[in-house]
Amino acid sequence: MTLGYATWFFYVLAAMAVVSALMVVTRRNPVHSAMFLVFTFFCVAGIYITMSAEFLAAVQVLVYAGGIVVLFLFVIMLVPLQAGVTRLPVTRGAAALLIVALLFTTVMTIYARAARSCAAMGVQTEGPAGNIEAVGIELYTRYLLPFEVASILLLVAMVGAVVLARRET
Amino acid sequence: MIVPIHHVLVFSMILFLIGVVGVLTRRNGIIVLMSIELMLNAANINFIAFSRLLSDLAGQVFSIFVIVTAAGEVAVGLAIIISLFRNTESIQVDEITLLKG
Repeated sequence: MTLGYATWFFYVLAAMAVVSALMVVTRRNPVHSAMFLVFTFFCVAGIYITMSAEFLAAVQVLVYAGGIVVLFLFVIMLVPLQAGVTRLPVTRGAAALLIVALLFTTVMTIYARAARSCAAMGVQTEGPAGNIEAVGIELYTRYLLPFEVASILLLVAMVGAVVLARRET
Repeated sequence: MIVPIHHVLVFSMILFLIGVVGVLTRRNGIIVLMSIELMLNAANINFIAFSRLLSDLAGQVFSIFVIVTAAGEVAVGLAIIISLFRNTESIQVDEITLLKG
């Protein structure tokens, strides 16, 4: 089986996303973590493009890489960095690794059972699908009520953030 | 050209597990929030892969809702961290024991 450009693109982006996600979790300096987080978000946006979800890729870059990471950096700069050890004791690390290993083996067992039946299924990386017009029509007809509820959620989150972060006078 | 669906699923599982490790092992509250963002991204990749596989746009619409919820969650979470820092001078999650009787 020969791989096309879009397929190679997926594997390269996935590898870069995994490496920079590891960096996010392991760096001591929160500013470095935030920078690697931006890189991860860009890689994930590229993966959305290989799956013909261009609108989602644009939203990912605008909202995550543009908005959320700026918010993170703002708070990192506002809260002074604390010196000393930034990790939990070894027992907690071991417990985390145990939980991750359990999750991994569970998922892999289920996957090994299903692998034969879904081996032929694959995500197309070329051809038409997922254009913005179709997503918009879907969003404003079938999912109009959830859309409105999401707007109320954002309003409540904004008011809540202002109330929580306000300086008491 | 085709990427097998299980490759996408394994990739998103790895991203999700990295997020789980971050939440469980880091003490800095801001980095815990960043790890939660990684887990939400892994879920979004699954939504979009299956939306493409089944030619149904519902997956993309739902990942828009996930992004909206993540934005609200980060705004409130960071406001809580600022307010905690004002009150306790610390953002280390294991030092915050206000609810321990």
